[in-house]
Amino acid sequence: MNPLIAAAQGDLTIFGKDPFWLVLIKAVVLFLALVLLTLFTTWFERRVVARMQQRSGPNRVGPAGLLQPLADGIKLALKQGISPVNADTVIYLLAPMIAAASAVMVFAVIPVGPVVSMFGVQSPLQLTDFPVSVLYVLAIASVGIYGIVLAGWSSGSTYSLLGGLRSSAQMISYEIAMGLSFVAVFLYAGSMSTSQIVAGQTDIWYALPLCVSFVIYLISMVGETNRAPFDLPEAEGELVAGFHTEYSGLRWAMFFLAEYVNMINVAAVATTLFLGGWRAPAPISTVWPGANEGWWPILWFLGKVFAILFVFVWLRGTLPRLRYDQFMKFGWRVLIPVSILWILAVAAFRGIKNEYGLDMRTTLIVIGLGLAIVAVIAFLFDLRRAAPESGADEVFDPFAGGYPVPPLPGQEFTVTRRAKATVTSAVIGAEELIVSEALEAPHE
Amino acid sequence: MSAVSGLAVAAVSTVETSGNTGENLVFWVCAIISVVGALGMLFSRRAVHSALFIASTMMALAVLYVSLNAQFLGMTQIVVYTGAVMMLFLFVLMIVGVDTSDSLVETIKGQRLASVLFALAFAALLIAGIGAGLTHPAVGLDAVNAVDGGNVQGIAHLVFGRYLFAFEATSALLITAALGAMVLAHRERHTPRKGQQELSRDRVRSGSPQNLPGPGVYARHNAVGTPALLPDGTPTDRSVPEPLRGVSAAFTPNPQDSARVNALAAGLAAGAGTDEESQS
Repeated sequence: MNPLIAAAQGDLTIFGKDPFWLVLIKAVVLFLALVLLTLFTTWFERRVVARMQQRSGPNRVGPAGLLQPLADGIKLALKQGISPVNADTVIYLLAPMIAAASAVMVFAVIPVGPVVSMFGVQSPLQLTDFPVSVLYVLAIASVGIYGIVLAGWSSGSTYSLLGGLRSSAQMISYEIAMGLSFVAVFLYAGSMSTSQIVAGQTDIWYALPLCVSFVIYLISMVGETNRAPFDLPEAEGELVAGFHTEYSGLRWAMFFLAEYVNMINVAAVATTLFLGGWRAPAPISTVWPGANEGWWPILWFLGKVFAILFVFVWLRGTLPRLRYDQFMKFGWRVLIPVSILWILAVAAFRGIKNEYGLDMRTTLIVIGLGLAIVAVIAFLFDLRRAAPESGADEVFDPFAGGYPVPPLPGQEFTVTRRAKATVTSAVIGAEELIVSEALEAPHE
Repeated sequence: MSAVSGLAVAAVSTVETSGNTGENLVFWVCAIISVVGALGMLFSRRAVHSALFIASTMMALAVLYVSLNAQFLGMTQIVVYTGAVMMLFLFVLMIVGVDTSDSLVETIKGQRLASVLFALAFAALLIAGIGAGLTHPAVGLDAVNAVDGGNVQGIAHLVFGRYLFAFEATSALLITAALGAMVLAHRERHTPRKGQQELSRDRVRSGSPQNLPGPGVYARHNAVGTPALLPDGTPTDRSVPEPLRGVSAAFTPNPQDSARVNALAAGLAAGAGTDEESQS
């Protein structure tokens, strides 16, 4: 079969046929690209956050401050690596390696482009693919948690330990929501291989029909990468720096690399599963048929990845950190039940489509009508509900519990005798103070 | 040692069935890792090290599954066992603290006998399984996968077809276990749960609304397990976080430090006294 057609149909037989040297080149290029992208992403993040905070951001080293991450990296590499006396040395040294290695492994199954000719060999722009490559992404992510958890444990420090505990609980919880959001994609694509999922999005990006899954994935990917507002494992207000408190120098740099590569990873997975992968956005591909051929798709892919990375930065610049119990409650009581219900709905929809051959438009109209009815009922119910009661009927005590307190919403501020006396005395002057106090004394 | 012999047999069969050098390389690397991991799990003193060794064994086995064309099994092995089950184990073990090793006192009655019996039963199972594999020529996963059009489809066919009852029974068992854990962990709540507002009010009313003394602030050691020294030189347990209390090495205050602190405090008191005297 012609490899170009095979790639377009999402045929997995084109993988695993590259000569050894080409596999090596692909792997090395992917690794280098990830490291360079990490450098670029740190610059990007600092510049965007700076804009959001009315600052300039790094702008001294190199053009527009582009070389600032490199300077920071060199500084980090030259710093002393300190290991605490209490640390479990072997695991302490192993943890950053696990985190960084598992971070760079995910990109092996991400398709960044169609089949191209590389040094005379027709080969897809993807290191490899196999029938369960999305599960591979999940598996590698769960191995990556080990790096963080072990770093927290082996440092022999309470802050690190608490950070490690938080991160393990958090990542396990949000990985469930993440995995469930993939299920709807599997149902639609009929496959768990990334290249076939991209091939399945030729007509419509899955982000549109599977919007609920997409939103759940977007939320859980932030939780999975420990980024603001879900950066509880490294909450600087409570845990100094969380799991990497005791790390310095290159070992810390590896955690830093892992975090940013993981951000790029989840953004790439979101692009692949929900945003059409390397395929050009709709207006471009209709006006320009060649947009999905050759090396151009890398551009669309990177554009989508950076759009999602911008969302990461945007969230960080906008939202305050969640409280831990609220965060866990949100994961277990909102994301996971909503995911399960959504999967049920998608499975039912697919079943109806397969059984009765209903097309998407009819089904969507029926679903839309149903949702509209639900919305109208909810609105009527909301109208009939009484206005929420506040603490209006409580008498305002300005010295509740022995401390001066402001009135609650709905409470009347009444001037007490004591307050009146103070205000009066302040107005009249210091001499009158003695008189007013003398006047008050017999009443008390 | 049955694991070692099993691997040896598997090695022989692998070499016989495929002449692929890459596959052999993967096999020998993963086989060594998994055996070393299994032995390390048995012989390491610390519970966390044991957990890590078994995690590495699981991952090596997963790679073997993938190289033997059972990709779905390999990936679920990592996601479920390494990623979730072992992580929960670690979660519990980590609370124990970094410098503790397990006590080797046996608490279960008849533990040794039971373990010998189970080991024999497991060995019999392995011998029967591997023997059946050796005597009956294997079909090969390629042929099996081709029947349903792929590895995942084949597993789906088996799980939701032939083994549906076993699958459902297992899931019922798991739900029962989860329910049991919930019942054991459940605590009847007699008072309404305190919200952020109540908690902050209680804290202000408690008499010491400030933060607990930070570890290492007044102490001469920077480890968090070290209790902070109060202004009079005595160590306070309140600065050590709850999980580490009593676990980390007890800190004995340096008598010289206490003496210095006391001398300083005395000097301060004397100085304050003279100030007051001069004012009056």
